[in-house]
Amino acid sequence: MKCQKCQKREANTHIKKIVNGEYTELMLCSECAHAMGYDNVFDLEMPDMFGGLLQSFLGSALPARSGASRCPVCGSTYGDITNTGKVGCSHCYEAFYDELLPSIKRIHGNTKHSGKVPQGIVEYTEQNTENNLANEIESLKTELKKAIDEQNFELAAELRDKIKAKEAEK
Amino acid sequence: MSDAVIISSRVRLARNLRDYPFPNRMSDAQREEIAEKIKNLMCKERFCGYKFLAVKMEDVNEFDRISMVERHLISPDFASGDKGKLLITTENEEISIMINEEDHLRIQVILPNFEIEKAYEIADMLDTELNKNLSFAFDKRLGFLTQCPTNLGTAMRASIMMHLPALKESRTVSRIASNLSKLGLVIRGAYGEDTEAKGDMYQISNQVSLGISEKSAIENLKSITEQLVNSELKTRETMMQSFEYQDKIGRSYGILITARLISHKEAVKLLSNLRVGICEGLIDSVTLETVDSLMLKIQPANLMRIKGSRLTPDERDRVRAEIIREELKLR
Repeated sequence: MKCQKCQKREANTHIKKIVNGEYTELMLCSECAHAMGYDNVFDLEMPDMFGGLLQSFLGSALPARSGASRCPVCGSTYGDITNTGKVGCSHCYEAFYDELLPSIKRIHGNTKHSGKVPQGIVEYTEQNTENNLANEIESLKTELKKAIDEQNFELAAELRDKIKAKEAEK
Repeated sequence: MSDAVIISSRVRLARNLRDYPFPNRMSDAQREEIAEKIKNLMCKERFCGYKFLAVKMEDVNEFDRISMVERHLISPDFASGDKGKLLITTENEEISIMINEEDHLRIQVILPNFEIEKAYEIADMLDTELNKNLSFAFDKRLGFLTQCPTNLGTAMRASIMMHLPALKESRTVSRIASNLSKLGLVIRGAYGEDTEAKGDMYQISNQVSLGISEKSAIENLKSITEQLVNSELKTRETMMQSFEYQDKIGRSYGILITARLISHKEAVKLLSNLRVGICEGLIDSVTLETVDSLMLKIQPANLMRIKGSRLTPDERDRVRAEIIREELKLR
C-alpha cells in the first residue's frame, strides 16, 4: 500500500487518531510520518520483539496521552511504558491504572485477579473471593447469552438460576 | 501410556519485590543487592528442604550459558550474562530461580513426565516461603505485579512438553492451534524459534494469567493435554499400519547407529522417528530415556559443554554422531 500523503513511497506506519471522538486512520511512509510530527513515537530505538508485540496492544491508546504525569516512585511516564512494553516499577500500575486497564483487558480478556493471594495480605482475601464470584458470574452471563443465541432455552433457564444463586451469595 | 507423548511438565512463577523498580530500570548496584539478599536466604542452609547452588551468570562461559538455554534451565534473555544476573538451582536442575531476568524472580520447576500439579505444588511452596522474607509486589485487582503486563495476575506460566509426530504429520497441530488460543492456551515448537518444531517437540502452555486461578489454569491445560495425548496415540496407531512408516522408523534407527557425521536437524528428525518406534514396540533395544537425553545432549552448545571446548560445525557433526552411536550401541 502506498503512503496516503505522498502517494509515492510504500506505507509502513499505521496511525490511528481519535480527536474529539472522531476516529481517523492513516497509512504513511516513515518520512511523511516524520514530517507530520509523529517522530517522537517513531524515533524510538527498536524495542525487543516482546516490547514490539506489547506496543501493538498498548499502541492504540497512545494519542490520548499527555505524557506529562510520572510515576511518583520510579519516574516513568506512560509514554516510557508504551514505548518499551515494560512497566517501570510495581507502583506504576497504581499511577497509570486507568491508562493501562484497557490494554490489560485486551491481553487477558479480564481485569480482576483470581487465584493466589500472598500471606500477610489478609485484608485482600475477602476481596479476592468477591473477585472470584464476580468472574464466575460474568462467565455464566456469557454462557447464558450464547445459550439464548442458540435458542437452547433449557440450558438458559438453568444458567439463569445459577446466576441468581451466585448473586445472592454476594 | 502418557510418557509416550509427554516429555516434561514445567511451572514458572514471576515475582517482584515491592521496594525496587523492575529490572529494566534498576542500577547494577540494586541488581546485585537483590541477588545477594536472595542468595543469603536460599543458599546458606537448606531452603524448603532443598539444597540450592548459586551461580553468577557473568562468571559462566558463553557455551555453558547457551547450553543452559538448550536444557530449558534459563531463558535466552538471561544468557546474556549481564551483571547482577544470578541463577539459583538444585543440583538436578529441576528447580531453578532466575534473579533479575525480566522480573526480579522467576521461579521455575521442571519435572519429567506428566507432573504439572506436583511442579506447581513445589513452586507454590517456594513462593510462599520466599514471601515470608521478601515482600512481593501484589495488587488486589491485578494480582502479582510484573514488568510485562502479559504476566499479571497469577504470573504463572504452566507448560507441558509433548512429542507429537503423528499430529504434526497429519497437520492436526496447525489446525488446533487457533482453537487453543480461544481457550487461553498456546502451542508452539519447543526447540528453536522457527515454526517448524524441531524433533516434533511442542510446548503447550497457558496464555492468560489474569482472571483465572492457578488451579483452573492447570486443570484446563491438563484436560487439553490428555485430549492431545489420546489423539496422538490414535493417529500413531493408524500410521503404524503402513509398512512405509515402519520402514522409515527402522531406517532412522539404522542411520543413527551407523552415521559418522550427522547434523542437528537430521539427528532430531531421526530420533523423533526412533522415539515412536520404541513407544509402538517396533524397537526394544533402546529406552525412551536414552532418546530423550540424547535429544538434549546433541544440541550445539551442549556438545561443546560435554567436550569442554569450542567446536566448529563440522566437528560438532562428528562428535554428535559419535555420542549417538555410543549411547545407542547394542548391548
